[in-house]
Amino acid sequence: MNTVKQPTAVSGKPKVNVAQWLFEQKALIALLVLIVIVSFLNDNFFTTHNLLNILRQTSVNAVIAVGMTLVILTAGIDLSVGSILALCGALAASMVAAELPLVVTICGTLLAGCAMGMFSGVLVAKGKVQPFIATLVAMTALRGLTMVYTDGRPISTGFTDAGDAFAYLGTGYLFGIPFPVWLMVFAFAGAWYLLNHTRLGRYIYAVGGNEEATRLSGINVDRVKIAVYGISGLMSGLAGLIVTSRLSSAQPTAGAAYELDAIAAVVVGGTSLAGGRGWIIGTLIGALIIGFLNNALNLLDVSSYYQMIAKAAVILLAVLADRRSK
Amino acid sequence: MSQAILQMQGVSKTFPGVKALDQATLNVYPGEVMALLGENGAGKSTLMKVLTGIYHADSGSIHYFGSPMTFAGPRDSMEQGISIIHQELNLIEELSIAENIFLGRELCAKGGRIDWPAMYREADKLLAHLKVGRSSREQIKALSLGEKQMVEIAKALSFEAKVIIMDEPTDALTLQETESLFKVINELREQGRGIVYISHRLSEIFQICDKLTVLRDGEFIAEREVAEMDEDAVIELMVGRRLDEYYPTVEASQGRVSLKVDKLSGPGVNKVSFELHEGEILGFSGLMGAGRSELMRLLFGDTRKTAGSVSLYGETLNLNHPSQGIAAGISYISEDRKGDGLVLGMSVKTNMSLSALAALSHVGGHIKRGEEAKQVARFIDAFNIKTPSEEQIIGNLSGGNQQKVAIAKGLMTEPKVLILDEPTRGVDVGAKKEIYELINQFKQRGMSILLISSDMPEVLGMSDRILVMHEGQISGEFDVAEATQEGLLAAAVGRNE
Repeated sequence: MNTVKQPTAVSGKPKVNVAQWLFEQKALIALLVLIVIVSFLNDNFFTTHNLLNILRQTSVNAVIAVGMTLVILTAGIDLSVGSILALCGALAASMVAAELPLVVTICGTLLAGCAMGMFSGVLVAKGKVQPFIATLVAMTALRGLTMVYTDGRPISTGFTDAGDAFAYLGTGYLFGIPFPVWLMVFAFAGAWYLLNHTRLGRYIYAVGGNEEATRLSGINVDRVKIAVYGISGLMSGLAGLIVTSRLSSAQPTAGAAYELDAIAAVVVGGTSLAGGRGWIIGTLIGALIIGFLNNALNLLDVSSYYQMIAKAAVILLAVLADRRSK
Repeated sequence: MSQAILQMQGVSKTFPGVKALDQATLNVYPGEVMALLGENGAGKSTLMKVLTGIYHADSGSIHYFGSPMTFAGPRDSMEQGISIIHQELNLIEELSIAENIFLGRELCAKGGRIDWPAMYREADKLLAHLKVGRSSREQIKALSLGEKQMVEIAKALSFEAKVIIMDEPTDALTLQETESLFKVINELREQGRGIVYISHRLSEIFQICDKLTVLRDGEFIAEREVAEMDEDAVIELMVGRRLDEYYPTVEASQGRVSLKVDKLSGPGVNKVSFELHEGEILGFSGLMGAGRSELMRLLFGDTRKTAGSVSLYGETLNLNHPSQGIAAGISYISEDRKGDGLVLGMSVKTNMSLSALAALSHVGGHIKRGEEAKQVARFIDAFNIKTPSEEQIIGNLSGGNQQKVAIAKGLMTEPKVLILDEPTRGVDVGAKKEIYELINQFKQRGMSILLISSDMPEVLGMSDRILVMHEGQISGEFDVAEATQEGLLAAAVGRNE
């Protein structure tokens, strides 16, 4: 009896192909190459102080990019992150100024951010509004609300014990590492766990890969969407806490255009804007590339105008490299 | 025998790790329909891609009207008179029929302005020729799957092709559309064009083809006159072994009534009533658009009923979402694997467990990965799914194996009622038989099965009882012993006997 060969099935386990592995890890390699080159060009770059500084500066964008990754994996986009950051920051500042317990401030702010994100999520899932439009609406409305709430002026956290305790979030150190960096690590670890070990994580990939098939598989797609926008809002709220804490005040214009840096980090990290394909560690690497690049260009005395062009070039390169790998 | 228009000889093509074509040969003769047969993965698509210049052969030759030829790409081959109508439609949904037909070569008046009246006129002519009752101004997205296929055919005809390759052209067509397609093919044959006809439906091969070429594992097996062959002989050539019985039927004792549907109405469904028993395969026959899939989606909770009732083991069901259908014990395997059946970019494992994750995870949503892997491995083994590993991206598997994963996904939720919508569409002969055997196993285990199929021999071969639908209503009920193709067809077109 003849056995039917399956040309599509390559027999055995595929060998680990070094070249292919290197290509897949191109973002990580790019990051390492960047670090090595700049280390040679400038003595102040590869120092503990500077590296921790970069990580701390990156943390805000990275935390936002965590939520952005989840949204983009469902083939969505979240433009409202910067506005949520600003409004949450303002809410946090008033709560601190009112000397509420720190736990209340933190939980209240995060919940508020989550609710704001879920608003977009409901628009997308139930209202069938395109994610770009839904979050554009949220972005504009929430920025307006922030302006109304703050009257266009910064809100100080005040010089109280509550204010001092709150300042730890953005300026404190734990085991010699800036506290925001711990928050960033925690956010990524949580997202990694979510995406790789939970039902919701699977559903997020599935919705982005084929929404219709996911729905017919008995999954409540609406709930998945509302959840990812909610998480994105929560992360923006966390970023708002960090920023406000660091400055001891909330700026009504805080977070403007942050959505673009977050999207850039996600894309540089190899996640597809079409949804369904990507990984959270890539986003961390993407955020770090952008952070290291900014820092390096600063140290090398490159004007901030040119820095933007350099950043654009990196994003373009990342996307082109990603296209080739498909 | 007339001289071949097109001769492909000794064509070989190797991909990393796979020899897709090994000395494949194909001749196309003027005024004849050549069937190209072989199981999925036999190399038919690869051979066609070599012909149209998408792939370059490692060795072998192509002679076109006697002279050696290579084509730079699909456009080049099309302009030289070789058109291919792909199984997967290549139409732009938002554009009109005319725009799609003339895409990239719009009819222009002087000065480069598009001559819309001429384009619509020409496109309408083609549509009328194919008996498609549509204006060429209509958007593609307004068309049924069958009509879209006809537009593809119209596009090929508009190129005045000398050789037309049709890859599973009738897969999505209604019977009437198939009839008019065959008429068109006959006309093309009379005009002296050469046609390559790829289909898994053997009955069509005998109906419309003159010669047949069989490939197996990338190798040329035989070229024969259709008139000298019968179905068994063809299948034997294709699979290299005899298939004992094409439709393996098994006896299973029918149990009590599981699903009871009473005067159910909803989108596209009008007052449908029937009962389904344990251990029964209830076939659904009918033309496309008769409301069969709509009825299934209603039963599954994907759409909402407007009237009537459904009960499962005496318990009334009021479903609002597929999740509720699955929870109640109803699984639906979609007719459109790629469109809404599978997430093609995800792995075999994650696709298979997608519906059952709730049962495979802790309360907090943490997936029991060990348990999941065990279940998936069990199904891969039991269903004989050919995949290098459970982590393989499912889009890389053959149609038959994808379908088995889709069925496994439905089975993993341990349904009482299994709805199979065109379970063997685009599946090769060998895998088809394996799927039939699986369905029979489910039946013997006492599962209640609804089988929708547009393939009449399949419905007749597999079902215990057959319901025919016409315009959203049940137009006939047959015990399989007394059902005939003619009888089903009469009921399908709404003709009362």
